[in-house]
Amino acid sequence: MHYILRRLVQAAITVLSTITLSFVLIRMMPGSPVDRLRAQLLERNSGLSSAQIQYRIEQQTNIVPDEPLYVQYFDYMTSILTGDFGRSIVKSNQPVADILANAIPWTIFLMSSALFLGFVVGISLGAFMAYREGSLFDISSTSVSLTLNSTPDYIVGLLLLTFVAYQLGLFPTGGRYASGVDPGLSLEFFASVLYHGALPILSMAIVAFGGWALDMRGNSIRILGEDYLHVARLRGLPERRIALRYVARNAILPMYTGLMIAMGAMLNGSVILESIYAYPGLGFRIIEAVNNRDYPVLMGCFIVITCAIVIGILIADLTYSRIDPRAKGGDSREAY
Amino acid sequence: MKRTDEPRTTADERQTDGGSDFETVADVRLSSSERYRQTADELLMTPARIVWSDWRARIAVCVLGFYLFLGVFGPLIVSEPSLGEGPVLLGAFYSLEFPLGTTSRGEDILAQVIYATRPMLQMVAAGAVFTVIVATIVGTTAGYKGGVVDSVLMTLTDVMLTIPGLPLVIVLVTVLEIGANPYLIGVLLSVNAWAGLARALRSQVLTLRDAEYVEASRIMGVPTREILSVDIIPNLMPYITMNFVKQGRAVIFGSVGLYFLGILPQNSDTQNWGLMIDTAVSDAGAVNSAAAVHWLLAPIFAVITFAMGLTLFAQSADRLFNPRVRARHAKTTSDDDEPPERNEGDGTAPAGVMQG
Repeated sequence: MHYILRRLVQAAITVLSTITLSFVLIRMMPGSPVDRLRAQLLERNSGLSSAQIQYRIEQQTNIVPDEPLYVQYFDYMTSILTGDFGRSIVKSNQPVADILANAIPWTIFLMSSALFLGFVVGISLGAFMAYREGSLFDISSTSVSLTLNSTPDYIVGLLLLTFVAYQLGLFPTGGRYASGVDPGLSLEFFASVLYHGALPILSMAIVAFGGWALDMRGNSIRILGEDYLHVARLRGLPERRIALRYVARNAILPMYTGLMIAMGAMLNGSVILESIYAYPGLGFRIIEAVNNRDYPVLMGCFIVITCAIVIGILIADLTYSRIDPRAKGGDSREAY
Repeated sequence: MKRTDEPRTTADERQTDGGSDFETVADVRLSSSERYRQTADELLMTPARIVWSDWRARIAVCVLGFYLFLGVFGPLIVSEPSLGEGPVLLGAFYSLEFPLGTTSRGEDILAQVIYATRPMLQMVAAGAVFTVIVATIVGTTAGYKGGVVDSVLMTLTDVMLTIPGLPLVIVLVTVLEIGANPYLIGVLLSVNAWAGLARALRSQVLTLRDAEYVEASRIMGVPTREILSVDIIPNLMPYITMNFVKQGRAVIFGSVGLYFLGILPQNSDTQNWGLMIDTAVSDAGAVNSAAAVHWLLAPIFAVITFAMGLTLFAQSADRLFNPRVRARHAKTTSDDDEPPERNEGDGTAPAGVMQG
């Protein structure tokens, strides 16, 4: 219980630090975005009075530049924590929260599909490679996995886009679903979503699968050398039982936390991939916001992505000790 | 090393004590040059032997050496790519003068690839060095000291670990507007990468902090800084090396990706493989026109092979962890309980597979 409490506090600290960082960056950095925002507003709507501009800045960033710093900070913090991320500068004052809500499910769809696909294929192949260690199959799959592992997912995405989508014309080159389809609970809609998501998902999964396979191979080989396996063999346990209960189970456990961290890595990857495939998820919005210098949207995406990862890692940490009894939470060590 | 210099017993003491073998001190003490040689052997030669015995490592060393050569001497050998030096969009392998073809503005693609290597090496080195130094300081201190220091440092580390790297970098680049200096960009791309390594190092230190020799140093009152640098960090070197290489790869992926998106700052003479991909796509529509595909593939090939060299190197550094592999290479140990090295040794087959 103590451990859970500590992890919760830690997660809260992370979220608060991220929001603080975003406040500092918007408010206090040299060449402050607030100043640039003011210039931008003046340029786009030359008729605005200075009071109106002040009001717009306040609306968009949740920061009132004239107030004392601690009041600004407090206001910013509370509004973000209540889900008010300000308003977009570019998209006719649309609330940032709406933009985010519209983008998040798509990114989660891409990432979770890619994660699942890559993980399942990767661990199966990795276990098989370890079992046949040193064989031609092992060496060639290790080489392939290493190559995939050395390729950034956006390059796989770019290559798939070039050859599969454009030259062969097998898949669409962008968008979330076909323009003629109505979003809803129809088979047609789901098919279209899958069809449009296929290449981005594949790009992430192909790269991730190499890494999982290599990890699983390494873990399995280490376990294959353990004494308890020799004992199990001597006891005459069936090979199937040894493979599943002794090797696979113990090899997958250390990768469990990695799974959640991989989610973070995929979010990184999806930032570039989404913009290659013009797939309007969180990553696409980030790049769009950077190009338009749309600070409220940029910071909103940043904070939301951080929260998603904090929650993911928290879940992994809290469930890990349930799955693997060897991992004990909490340590009491002497301080030197 | 100070404490071994203190005389443990004097000659007089040895004479007075009548012959108990247990209290005799070895007459031979290592001279400092011998000690250095021993340390060098332990820290450099043995790992080098282990690394070289692996086909993956041999390929890695060759690939990395090649890129190092390109980065250092390439610009001296090949003339700088310039506008209109060749025909427009010449395909790859059509002429000897432009082996990889030309861009839509008649620039030599091979020269572009080579000229982008040096800044890439600078970025990689800056980012990896930064990561390793910060992680080592934070991780070892936290693990060794324990208590409040540990809690504070680890909370900081956890915060950095959870903040997603790429979005953080994008936000910082956009707001801070740093210059196009490759070293600075390398450090920026690694701004929170040290956290993962710091955590891993901390857990390694936890297993070492109560080792007898560390405890002995502590009791003798050796300052913490010295215990860390002499007793603890040398044990972590293989792990640190591995992560140095991994971070190098992360810097390549990050910089190419962000240059491709046009987010990283650039000036008139910025050269980067990601920038090449970007211009190939935006200027010549390389993704949808077959005439410009070579322009797209050349930098992609450079990124993948360089990253592969680093991956292979990290993979083989991993072997340094395996005590069985290490023992096999120590001079005093015979390898009777280990099967002889498998036939993957000469590595011709896998090398062929990978080049394909």
